[in-house]
Amino acid sequence: MSMSTVAIDLAGVRKSFGGRTIVDELSFSVARGECFGLLGPNGAGKSTIARMLLGMISPDAGKIMVLNEPVPARARVARMRIGVVPQFDNLELEFTVRENLLVFGRYFGMSARKIEAVLPSLLEFARLETKADARVSELSGGMKRRLTLARALINDPHLLVMDEPTTGLDPHARHLIWERLRVLLARGKTILLTTHFMEEAERLCDRLCVLEGGRKIAEGKPDVLIDEHIGCNVVEIYGGDPHQLRELIRPHARHIEVSGETLFCYAPYPEQVRVQLRGQAGLRVLQRPPNLEDVFLRLTGREMEK
Amino acid sequence: MGESYAAVMPTNAYNWIAVWRRNFLAWKKVALASILGNLADPLTNLFGLGFGLGLIVGRVEGTSYIAFLAAGMVATSAMTSATFETMYAAFARMDAKRTWEAILSTELTLGDIVLGELVWAASKSVLAGTAIGIVAVTLGYASWLSILYAMPTIALTGLVFASLAMVVISLAPSYDYFVFYQTLVLSPMVFLCGVVFPTSQLPGSFQHFVGLLPLAHSVDLIRPAMLERGVDGAVLHVAALCVYTVFSFFASIAVFRRRLLR
Repeated sequence: MSMSTVAIDLAGVRKSFGGRTIVDELSFSVARGECFGLLGPNGAGKSTIARMLLGMISPDAGKIMVLNEPVPARARVARMRIGVVPQFDNLELEFTVRENLLVFGRYFGMSARKIEAVLPSLLEFARLETKADARVSELSGGMKRRLTLARALINDPHLLVMDEPTTGLDPHARHLIWERLRVLLARGKTILLTTHFMEEAERLCDRLCVLEGGRKIAEGKPDVLIDEHIGCNVVEIYGGDPHQLRELIRPHARHIEVSGETLFCYAPYPEQVRVQLRGQAGLRVLQRPPNLEDVFLRLTGREMEK
Repeated sequence: MGESYAAVMPTNAYNWIAVWRRNFLAWKKVALASILGNLADPLTNLFGLGFGLGLIVGRVEGTSYIAFLAAGMVATSAMTSATFETMYAAFARMDAKRTWEAILSTELTLGDIVLGELVWAASKSVLAGTAIGIVAVTLGYASWLSILYAMPTIALTGLVFASLAMVVISLAPSYDYFVFYQTLVLSPMVFLCGVVFPTSQLPGSFQHFVGLLPLAHSVDLIRPAMLERGVDGAVLHVAALCVYTVFSFFASIAVFRRRLLR
């Protein structure tokens, strides 16, 4: 990739706090116009990386380039063309929607006239046209998130850095955000998002990087990762004695995992597994195509939620 | 290392204005309550001490006690208003409200934010100090022109105490620690720095120590201005206040950098 087509480039980045390694020899590149996901459990270092890209945390070692600017040295210049959606809303609660955008535009040196000019399109984008003069404290969680997104777009950025953009939202609000993000990608924006939602990563990201303990454990397109690491159907079996069942279906499975009371069987021919289970009473069997969650759990182990 | 310190300093001479305007917009929504709050405490002191003690004390340094006290109260209210704006409102914006975090994702630097907050706190000092001044004028203890003369010094007093408070909030883990600064630094200063009685009443060795305190320099500038007298050593007083301001400004940015931008 030539430099002008690269939005973000990390090379050998390391960071530790108080002797604990948060980011470990991390390297990845994000092309312009791409949606790149940092996927990992809580504590994997996702937020630290997002903050590093903005120059808010300095790496101990390694090089970071964002929009052709070295970060953190010239992070301020890079930030002129970055929009940020932080993990926790930091809107001005006592201000109206309009005032929030006005005040934020000023931080980018925009004149009142220039802000007024972009305001209608931002409100429309965030579906907040009717809420322009409502106080932020009166908005729902989904509306606040959409306002944060509109606010991130006020400087017409090339790159959006989003730290868990849909965490804490209900499914309806989440789908609306995803739909808005797809519109931005269609407009050619680059998006870097951190998430622990597999569905979010699978739906939105062109490529993603799976993190665990600050280390990259996989990188690639979601479907390629699924194909490479799983590559067959999944049969989930609930009920019965998982260890006894495991012996029963072992010959037909490529790989079997037990998580609590559930048995995950990765099988190229799931019908054969089902035939084996036919005589067993009290079982619930679910057959489905593999997804990113399987990859993630395969790579990090089923016990990650502990 | 030097490079990264430079990266957090104010970007230019005007970026901070966006921060000031943000605070002004928030203040406008509660302006009336804010002004009344600014007036209540110093007025209580002025009337309580001025009329009460004034009767016993008589004249001080060639003027009525209440006129003497009014000038001291202008300096004190400039001090407390800048201090409290920084310690409570700015701390909330830095900490719980995450306002600074939002601003740090824009073109502004930490230095721009701190500078905007300091000038804002100083603006509130001007408002509070002027409000007391106006009361003094209305009661006939000062002239309109004298308030105008005192205004730059009131602003400088605000800047000094805002930047000192900025150092306090940069170091304090939570609100609970501010009380130490209030009770161990601010309150003693009110009694030592010539607000309620002339510093010449203090033991000689104490007077030297008091000469180092910022509020003493403010009082020595504001009182002569309000009583329309000549100021002794004005350059020294202004220089001392400027040294306090500049040193605290850079110190607070250095500490905030370690706290907010690791």
